[in-house]
This record gives sequence, C-alpha cells and structure tokens, in this order.
Amino acid sequence: MRDIVEQAIRGHNADYIDLRLEESQATRIAYRGRELEEINKTTTKGGCVRALVQGGWGFVSFNDISGLREKVALAVRQARVVGHEKSNLTDGPAIVDIVPLAMPRDPLAVPLAEKKRLLDEYNEVIWSTPKITSSSIGYGDGKKKVIFANSLGSYIEQSRVDVTFRITAMARADGDVQQAGISLGSRGDYGVVEGRHDEVRELAQRAVAFLSAPQVDGGTYPVVLDPILAGVFVHEAFGHLSEADHIYENERMREIMVLGKQFGMTHLNIVDGAAVPGLRGSYKYDDEGVPAMKTDLIREGVLVGRLHSRETAAKMGERLTGNARAITYQFPPIVRMTNTYIEPGKETFAAIIGDTKDGIYAKNWYGGMTSMEMFTFSAGEAYRIRNGRVEELVRPVVLSGNLFETLKVIDAIGNDLDMNQGGGCGKGGQSPLPVTNGSPHIRIGKCLVGGK
Amino acid sequence: MEELLRAALKHAQQAEVYRVSRRETPVSFEANRLKMLETKESSGVALRLVKDGRIGFSATNDPDDVLGLVERAVELSAFGAAAKFTLPGPATYAPLRVYDAATERVTVEEMAATGQRMIDAILKVNRELVCEAGVTKSETTFEISNSHGAHAAGKRTGYSVGLHGTLVRGTDMLFVGEWGSSCSPDVDADAITAKVARQLELARHTVESPSGRMTVVFTPRGVASALLSPLTIALNGKTVLQGASPLQHKMGQQVLDRRFSLWDDPTLEMRPGSRNVDDEGVPTQRLPLIEAGVPKTILYDLQTAGQAGTKSTGSASRGLGSLPGPSSSLLVVGAGDTTYEAMIAGIEDGLVVEQLLGAGQGNVLGGEFSGNVLLGYRIQHGKITGRVKDTMVAGNVYEALNTIVALGSEREWLGGSLLTPAIACGGVSVSAKQA
Repeated sequence: MRDIVEQAIRGHNADYIDLRLEESQATRIAYRGRELEEINKTTTKGGCVRALVQGGWGFVSFNDISGLREKVALAVRQARVVGHEKSNLTDGPAIVDIVPLAMPRDPLAVPLAEKKRLLDEYNEVIWSTPKITSSSIGYGDGKKKVIFANSLGSYIEQSRVDVTFRITAMARADGDVQQAGISLGSRGDYGVVEGRHDEVRELAQRAVAFLSAPQVDGGTYPVVLDPILAGVFVHEAFGHLSEADHIYENERMREIMVLGKQFGMTHLNIVDGAAVPGLRGSYKYDDEGVPAMKTDLIREGVLVGRLHSRETAAKMGERLTGNARAITYQFPPIVRMTNTYIEPGKETFAAIIGDTKDGIYAKNWYGGMTSMEMFTFSAGEAYRIRNGRVEELVRPVVLSGNLFETLKVIDAIGNDLDMNQGGGCGKGGQSPLPVTNGSPHIRIGKCLVGGK
Repeated sequence: MEELLRAALKHAQQAEVYRVSRRETPVSFEANRLKMLETKESSGVALRLVKDGRIGFSATNDPDDVLGLVERAVELSAFGAAAKFTLPGPATYAPLRVYDAATERVTVEEMAATGQRMIDAILKVNRELVCEAGVTKSETTFEISNSHGAHAAGKRTGYSVGLHGTLVRGTDMLFVGEWGSSCSPDVDADAITAKVARQLELARHTVESPSGRMTVVFTPRGVASALLSPLTIALNGKTVLQGASPLQHKMGQQVLDRRFSLWDDPTLEMRPGSRNVDDEGVPTQRLPLIEAGVPKTILYDLQTAGQAGTKSTGSASRGLGSLPGPSSSLLVVGAGDTTYEAMIAGIEDGLVVEQLLGAGQGNVLGGEFSGNVLLGYRIQHGKITGRVKDTMVAGNVYEALNTIVALGSEREWLGGSLLTPAIACGGVSVSAKQA
C-alpha cells in the first residue's frame, strides 16, 4: 500500500499534498424504552486527497480507492483554480511510523450477546425504579485504521478504537417530563461500560426526584461546577477560542487573543494535548501527520498558547501543536481540541462549598454551545448551596455568560482533577469528534442562571 | 441490487435494499477570500431484513463488501428488535420535480463568482466584517427495492448559498448570516446579501436589554431556532410510543392558538425537503400536524406505525448507517394577517429574536426553550432601537403559541426545509444580566 500511495502523490505541480485512506467498522446498539430499537454493524472504506497551490486548497474525497493518482491530479487542478498568492505552510520533518494499537479490554473481542446482556441489565435497573416512564440507551464501538502520506515524505499508519455509552432515564407526572443521564467513553477500553449498575440506579432515582424538585429563580449566582461540567465549560467557553483558525485571519480576534494577556486569576492553568496518553482525544500524530503535543493555553492566568494546524501556525508565526483533525475521510482536517482541562489547584471540594454562602452546585453535563464570546451550557443536576452547605435538589439549570468576564471570576479551583470521557465535539459539520475534557471542582463567582 | 435481495431472501422472509450515491461540490470562502474547492463523492448500500420475526440490519460503502451485508444482517437479526411491519408492495408515486439539469451545468467558476459578489457587496456595507461564504451544488441518486415488489428510484439536485459575517469590536462580537437552498441554481444570492446588510444595520448600536415578561417577536429564523423542535419531537411516533409526548393525549383538542397551523408537506416541489416517496418506499403526503391550534397527525414510519397499530404516514427518513425513523420533511407554518412592520409598530416594549444560542438544551420534550440571544433587537415604542446582548429568553412553546400577539403575513423559506412567518408571542420571560 505504501508504494501505491507514494506513487500517487509524487510529481504533481503543487506546494503541498496529503492523502488519507481509511477503513473502519462500527457496532451500535440502541434501546428506546424497554425495547431494543436498533442493533447494527457498518463498514466503511474511503479516502481523500488535499492539495495546496499558491495558497488555495483543493480537496477530493471518495469511496472507490482505485485510480488514486488521477484523484490527486483533480485536487491539484482544483487548488490551482483557488490559489492566487504564495503558499504559507509549516512543513516540519518527514515521519515514517507504523503505530501499534494498545487496548486494555478490546470491545471488538466482546461477543454481541455479552454486550446485549449488560445493556439489558442496566435497562432492568432503570425500569425497576418506580415512576420511570421511559429510558434510552446508546452504545457504540468502532475501530478505524488510517493511512496517511504527504508530499514531505511522511508515511504513517495509525489505528484507534473508540467506545461510547450514554444512558438516560425519564420520569413523568402530570404532563411534566424530567430526565437524568450519564455519558461515558473510552479509547478502546470496554471495561468503562461494565459495573455501572449503582450509578444507573441513582440516575433513575434522580430523574424521579426532579419531578418534585423546585426550579431556581433566574438571576446571577456563585456557581460551583463539578469536574464534568467544569470540563464542558473549559471546552466550550474557552477551548474553541484557542483554536487558531478562528483567529489567524481576523485582525481584531488576534488583538483579543494576543499572547501575554491576563485572562484569569493567577491560580488558573489550562492545557490541551493529544500527547496526554490513554484518553479519547489522545493520538500520536494528527491528520496532517504532525506529532501530538501538550500545549499550555493559560498559565497563571495569562494566555500563553493556542491550537494550530500547519496553515494557522505558519500564518501566525507560531510553532506546530498537532491539532489538525478530521472526523472522517469525507472532510479536510481543521483545528480541533484533543484533551482539554483545567489543572488542579489547592482547595478541597469541602472548602469551596464551605466558603459559598448563597449559590448553586451544578453537576453533570447535558449540552453546551458557544459563539466565541457568549456561552451557554446545561447542567444535568443541580442543588442549592446555603451557608456553606449543599442543600436541596433543584431542576437542572442552564448557565450562560460572557467568556472573558467569566474566566476572570473563577475564584476557587479544587485539587480533585477528573476527566470526562463522555463528550463529543462538533465544528464545521464534523461531529461528534472524540475529545476529553476535565477539571477539578471550580467556583464561578458570578454566573447568569436561567430560571423561572 | 436484485442479487443482494435474492441472497438475503435465502435466509430471511422479508428484505429491503437501500442504495444512495451523492456527488457534492462545495466552493468556500474564508476571511473574505476564496479558500477551497472540493469534490466529494460517496455511495453506499444498506440491507434490512426480517428473519424469524426479527430485524437485521447492516450497511457499507465498501463496494467489495456488499455480500458481507447479508452475513452481518442475518447474524444481528438474532438480537434485533421484533419486526412490526410488512414491507410495502408496488406503489405509484406522484410526479414531483426535485431535479434541475441547470444545477449540474453550473461551473465552479460561476459559483466562485457568486460568492465573491456577495462578499464584495457586504464589505461595501461594512469594511470591518470578516466573512465566510459558501456555494455548494450536489446531485443525489437513490434506489429502494424490497421483497414485496416496491421499487422507487430517483435523482435530485441541490444548490445552496450562504453568507456569514463576524464583526469584532474590543471583546464585543456580532454574528450575522443568512442562507438559502433549492434544487435549482435560482437561489437569490443578492437577496441573501441584502438580509445580512439589514442585520448589520439593525445591530449597529447596542442598547440596554429589558428584563421581565414581555412580547417577543420570533423572526422566521427565530421560529426555526426556538419554537418548532419541541412540536416536531412531540408529534414524532417514537416519542409517542415512548409515552414521552406531551401531545399524545391531546390529539384533536385545542392546545394552541387558533391562528397557528403547521403542516409537513414534502409534496411542495424543488425544495431540499421535497420528496414523493419516503425512505422505505411509501408515498409521501401533505400532513396537517397542527390545524388551527389542534394537534392532528403523528408521524410514523413502518415499524413505529406497526407498534402503534396504525399505518405509516410516509415519514421514514434514514442515513445510510442506521434504520429508518419517522421525521418531518418540509415544515410549513400558516401565514397570519399582520405585516412584519405592523407587528413591530404594535409593540411598546419588547424583543426581536433572530437566533437563540442553545435553545434546544433544556427540557425540549416538555416544550421548554431557553437560550442566550445570539442575534436580537430591542423594540421601544413600536421601533427597533438596537441590538441586545447578555440576554436570556426562556419559555414554553405550549404557552408561547397560546399567547400569540400577532402572526406575520409574509412567509420566508429557511434553508429550504421550513416556510414560516414571524410570530409575536406575549409573556415570554427575558432576563438580562445584572451589571
């Protein structure tokens, strides 16, 4: 295969060419209510070519991987239609590597009957909870092998296995529907799905408890976030702003995100890196063949770095970070996060709550969106805090705010870093990309909470 | 296809093959300049079969793996859901125009010129705007064939044009944008540019945001981003079978304002949502979802219809890699009798919502919408006075569409799968951030 691929990209009149070939297989099991709704297996084979000529890009994707050389020529011709300036791309060394696949408990080796038995058990736990009226379960595993080659002389083979698991319980009374759920994932470890019976029981009970829980009054509160929700916050609200493709060609965005600017208090440290091993956002090389790194984004409250592709790094005169990712061969790589987290601080969770007079403790993840400056994200679970104590359960809350103001008022950072592996990220129509986010418990001193 | 069906029927009592192939040509602009030209080709085959009363399913886009589909689908049928349907037999599908040869003839140079023209025009309105634009054409062919004699095949074209701009001042960011879509290359790029220019003009000044319960005007974009998904989810057969729909025991009752009607009408021609046959080979029809405030129709595909003991409404939709499910195709909201101008003029103090950020994050099943105003304006004394920021809008569609203050007389297409007027709703909760 290496010969065919290298033959195909050699000798075209282009400034840069890369080619990816992909083969994948996926299994999905879905339950809706008591019944199994869908169980399927899909296989995929395809590839893509990207070419750069005089600053313009051409991209061709296909299922039929024959005639590769002609496909490369088409991408080059397209790039030539677009390009009208000098190309500017950071090249780096040629890399030749076949990366071995490491899996703690290979989900593909687990028989389908065993997976179904486990999911049946979880569904039984949910339905044995009184007042539960519905449930949904989604399990998926997939294996993907990618061959990458580029005109710099790199040839890389990498594989990954991804596991996702989401379970939701719904309770209903008098036309009011409430739900609670968990979302988990791993890079190739089926073990993460096993032994969750107690958690499933708790979430079913929580969905029922929401029915009689009060809704908070909308307004501004101090909000303590658990590691899962704080991880979503750092991903949604800050992480997307560190993606250099939002910045590199926008003078004013460059001013806002100028390195050296104070973004938060000195206890705030944020990093992203695919080189952090064993997580869903981990890999050895990105989809431009650039080695993964760990990148400091905020160090002691100061903006010190951002995430790059070969093109954004060149155009901003900064070094490569290995963050160009494509969800499948049908898309060109774009700047994406990998494993993004707030580093642990010194305070204990008990001290953070103890120091909060009148606020909200928001846990768990339900969803999140950002428009750069503004963010909105929803907790799956919330409690009132009064006089330093976590008190009654309230209906799940939606938190919203301005990123720049919010980062400055993170006034407590716990010592209990935890990673959330249940998320998937969407950008530019490429969703859900496996990512990890994480954080210790944090407190946002002032946060807008939607309510009645 | 016939070969695959025959191979499946050696093991199964019912079988269906679904094949789709697509060629897409996007031309994209980034930071006001032409950036990338793409050609994307994809094709695939899915096999659904029923063996011993259970559903087996598998899909692939690897042409060398087509016969592997039979093996996997048979294997999975042992674990699959109980089939509650019989595949449809031969049917006549009413002719519907969804193909235009002119779309195939548009050159990438012409598409690039359209994008450039939009960007040049909008930069004349505001030089500081950083724009992304895209012009995309596509051709899709599909074929469905089953063991009971149904056979449907077709070819459709698509053409879409979009323009999005970001304006940054200090740390203040404004996002404007509009897009349009059709089966023909007749999408009016200049009208899209004009709408974006109008958004820029209305948002030129930021004004203080109001707080409390007030009348909120949802523009057609606002209707799409906040009000409709709770209704289409509530009227989806899957939600109803789950017992999770707030409408399932209220069919035929007056639930919303009499002026509000909503159809799913895939029989309108030349729109991305137009189709005369659904993804299981069942003919489509114009379906009244809500008529004069009364919920009338629940959307079913074959399996959910069988589970509910009724007939498919011709609402099956599917991607290549999964089983079909019920879904709306082309939503149409009935027009009212108030012009947009008169609607705004009649409001003393209120808000216009063009887009809510994260509206679908709350308890959508319960009808709730809650989100941050991504693009919206304040109305004072019957006039739009400027843009609002740091403002959350929260409500419940079952209340908001029961307290309609005015329903617009002009309707707009949103991305080719929704036609709606603006709707002014009373008593919507607006919370602005306290300084």
